Amino acid sequence: MDELLREYLPILVFLAVAVGLGLVLMLSAAVIAVRNPDPEKVSTYECGFNAFDDARMRFDVRFYLVSILFIIFDLEVAFLFPWAVAFGDLSATAFWSMMVFLVVLTVGFAYEWKKGALEWD
Amino acid sequence: MTIAALAFYAFGITVVASGLLVVLARNPVHSVLWLILAFISSAGLFVLLGAEFVAMLLVIVYVGAVAVLFLFVVMMLDIDFAALKAEMAKYVPLAALIALILMMQMALAYGAWTTSEVADRLRGAPAPAPAEMHNTRALGMIIYDRYLYLFQAAGLILLVAMIGAIVLTLRHRTNIKRQDVLAQIYRDPATAMELKDVKPGQGLG
Repeated sequence: MDELLREYLPILVFLAVAVGLGLVLMLSAAVIAVRNPDPEKVSTYECGFNAFDDARMRFDVRFYLVSILFIIFDLEVAFLFPWAVAFGDLSATAFWSMMVFLVVLTVGFAYEWKKGALEWD
Repeated sequence: MTIAALAFYAFGITVVASGLLVVLARNPVHSVLWLILAFISSAGLFVLLGAEFVAMLLVIVYVGAVAVLFLFVVMMLDIDFAALKAEMAKYVPLAALIALILMMQMALAYGAWTTSEVADRLRGAPAPAPAEMHNTRALGMIIYDRYLYLFQAAGLILLVAMIGAIVLTLRHRTNIKRQDVLAQIYRDPATAMELKDVKPGQGLG
């Protein structure tokens, strides 16, 4: 257990450095930087103009379809990982159950392709 | 305090705090970002437990895919949050009632909580020590044959989700020109163009 955690120690160190560096940069900007605003400085100027309306516009539902299809195949691959790692010691049942799983999802993939869900328009 | 304990408290506090901020953040996009922080910190907690595979899945599937999906949903709702806040007071009694029912249910569940007598045995039995077997490998040894029906059910659920998403959201526009790759490949000059000999001063009558 400790051995496993020791392998992750560099990641923890990196994480601490990243968080620390981010905090230092933001705080130093807040503390050291010269801040001297006036209405002209903070206004939209030169090539900028005031926004016409809210930037939070509606997304097309097709983005949602793409991302949900991505999640499904992501999960399929996630199931493949332990199977591949333990491949040498798997029983025949385990091997064929993964084959059935893949066939089921390939049926879905064929359906998706045939319906044209992979094309943008 | 060892480094592992220190990391546990850091991750645990981050999970709880960012979970709280998911609920409290005024902007729903910020809520999603706090949710991502909660996912990443709980991945750290899983690593501390020795469940490496689940930790990496949390990062790949939840941070990489589910959080993006949540962002899309938030962006797709197109809710005017100012207007929503204004009529919030109207729904407070109903929300309070639902919260009360939920709390009563939780209290009931907690009151009826018993520990199974085989729980200790089950906890000790299945997981091999991390030193002798890798976590991902240990999972791979049991998912596919011992839990075969659950595994196949997971495959079927993924299939249903795929078909459902396509049926619900796929709308092909009719009056649009699409690319037909095969037609483009099999197109040749003989059928695609025609040479005309145009006499000077006459045009193509």
